[in-house]
Amino acid sequence: MNVLVVLIPVSLILGGVGLAAFLWTVRSDQYDDDKGNAARILLDDE
Amino acid sequence: MTMACPACAAAPLAQDVASGPALQFSLPGVHCAACIGKIERGLAGVLGVQDVRVNLSLKRLSVSGQVNPDRVLSVLEDLGYEAYPLDLAALDRARDTEGRALLTRMAVAGFAMMNVMLLSVAVWSGASDATRDLFHLISALIALPVVAYSGQPFFINAWAALRVWRLNMDVPISLAILLAAGMSLFETLHGGVHAYFDAALSLTFFLLIGRYMDHRTRSAARSAARELTALEVHTADRVTARGLQTVPLTALAVDDVIAVPCGARVPVDGVLISDAALMDRSFLTGESAAVAVTAGQALQAGEINLAAPLRLRATAVGEDTSLRRMAALVETAENARNSYTALADRAAQVYAPAVHLLALAAFLGWAIATGDMRHALNVAIAVLIITCPCALGLAVPAVSTAAVSRLFSAGFLVRSATALERLAEVTHVVFDKTGTLTMPGVAVPEALAPADRAVAKALAEASHHPLSRALVAALGDTGAVAAEEIREVAGQGVELRQGGEMIRLGRGPWLGADFPGLGLRIGTAQAIPLEVTDGLRPGVRAALAGIDLPCEVLTGDAEGPAAQLAARISLPVTANARPKDKLRRLNTLAARGGKVLMVGDGLNDTAALASAHASIAPAKALDASRSAADVVVLRDSFADLPMVLRVARATGRLSRQNFAIAAAYNFIAVPVALAGFATPLAAALAMSLSSITVLLNSQRMRSLK
Repeated sequence: MNVLVVLIPVSLILGGVGLAAFLWTVRSDQYDDDKGNAARILLDDE
Repeated sequence: MTMACPACAAAPLAQDVASGPALQFSLPGVHCAACIGKIERGLAGVLGVQDVRVNLSLKRLSVSGQVNPDRVLSVLEDLGYEAYPLDLAALDRARDTEGRALLTRMAVAGFAMMNVMLLSVAVWSGASDATRDLFHLISALIALPVVAYSGQPFFINAWAALRVWRLNMDVPISLAILLAAGMSLFETLHGGVHAYFDAALSLTFFLLIGRYMDHRTRSAARSAARELTALEVHTADRVTARGLQTVPLTALAVDDVIAVPCGARVPVDGVLISDAALMDRSFLTGESAAVAVTAGQALQAGEINLAAPLRLRATAVGEDTSLRRMAALVETAENARNSYTALADRAAQVYAPAVHLLALAAFLGWAIATGDMRHALNVAIAVLIITCPCALGLAVPAVSTAAVSRLFSAGFLVRSATALERLAEVTHVVFDKTGTLTMPGVAVPEALAPADRAVAKALAEASHHPLSRALVAALGDTGAVAAEEIREVAGQGVELRQGGEMIRLGRGPWLGADFPGLGLRIGTAQAIPLEVTDGLRPGVRAALAGIDLPCEVLTGDAEGPAAQLAARISLPVTANARPKDKLRRLNTLAARGGKVLMVGDGLNDTAALASAHASIAPAKALDASRSAADVVVLRDSFADLPMVLRVARATGRLSRQNFAIAAAYNFIAVPVALAGFATPLAAALAMSLSSITVLLNSQRMRSLK
């Protein structure tokens, strides 16, 4: 069971990294135009 | 010119100076990647444009650089898109901070929930003694701060309701979250078997999803109101000793002399100083014909000056103008509508007391039967958690978000949060005529030569008369000839001298022709009559065919045009209806138990729009009418109007289904909880399953035609 000492912090850190990444996407306006971003990959002139 | 053009400014500093505020436009017609590419490429070549960006989700365009808004509009029109300029000051609400805060809280709750759930899986699958207590402790360390942070929107709302001795949906929610977290902490510290940290967190998470959706829907309604304020002018040109001075409307005083350019709205009530003027009063009275006014006669705020620039002396300003008095009438009518109770609130009024009584009964029952206070409290809290406030909290917002975005993609802005529920109950539809069902139209003879068409378009584009506008529309994509010396003769028409020939577009007698109506005369050739029709707005027939409710038309226009319309669309039409008559007719229908949907655009409809059970206005309607309407139609065509009613009815149906689904889960889960068999695993399953079922059911809105 001693492996828990490593595994629990690891899972918490991974969760924290995910949360930080999500917060970054919110801060950098990535949810302002979801439909537009989906459509823009079809444009080849950018 | 030695100055660099702003678009070519290379130095970052110069660019900052030149960029100025971005212009914003509403583009109801964009729907795909091709539209984005076409618009962004098309505008990139316009002089002064630095950056163009289309936002497909909001159907909005922002253009930065020193550029003329009219130029952008005409380019967009040539590309085939309807566009409405937006008021920057009104849009300048910085960012949607509330929505962002909700999203952040939701994310924090979601990530915490996943971690705690992971730890809970270990407990559910058999961890015991010290390991279980350790896992519970770690869960507590994650859950407690997250509940304190993410649960704030619920706690604040619940407190606001409790302070005035009322119950709302947030009271049972807050109680469930707080009690679950508090009881789990107590159990953890005393080595208990069950801890509900994951339930407290998933409750918070799922409900924040609902709250965020609700916020998105409401902010769509609010931004719709803000977006369209730009169509109105809030300044006027005052004539002073030093020439024209542009001042805000609020700065005008009685006896000021005001200049009104051609095509602009009269800003205040006044008397005409200029010799003669031609006014469009259709917004105020519904009359489709232009009205000739001579010096000394009264003008009302809101009329449009059709011919030469005019001057007037103000007789009433600010709150005293007839326009304002009409708006005051609207405000009283709106208050009546605000008393409408939304479906979600009605559900909460039943749900909140029921759940509290049930939990209390469970606590008392177990306390009396066993005398074990700790166990009795555990059962009561399990009841509170398991009654699925999540599914109930999601039931309405999930459906209305789907419905509002469905309508938005079809060109309808839903301005009021309860509009869809009210629209679903409508039993009668009342239309206005001028500007709503009909638009002035001109029939262009097939035989007109292409060269003549081009000249006619150039002439028509130079004037603000509704017939000229209609002619421009009728000529469609004919290119106008480049002409500079176009002169407008007040009350007669427009003329142009080209290659020694006098070309005139205007009234028959002025052209020297024997017909009284609109005509075009090129040089000495015979004048060509252009037939004026009271054209139906596109899609009106399709809309009337699709609406399965009794419809009628109330118009301020004269008997003649009214009878003509009645014959064309075979609906009962009432002519010469003043605003009070319209209101009276609506009240009569309401008194007979009818719920009326009013569709109108003019100021004469405003009171009716506000007092009707639900209302729809076209985007080109007056500010006052739009703000009185629940739904604004951004497209020119009315063909999708029946869809609004279908979506509204589907919204009510799906919301009720969602409540039924939540209730069905409760029928199974509550007896289990009351009997004391509820475990954290059962709570987690019931909560997730019911929430997901409700969310999926709401998505059926997408397939609605």
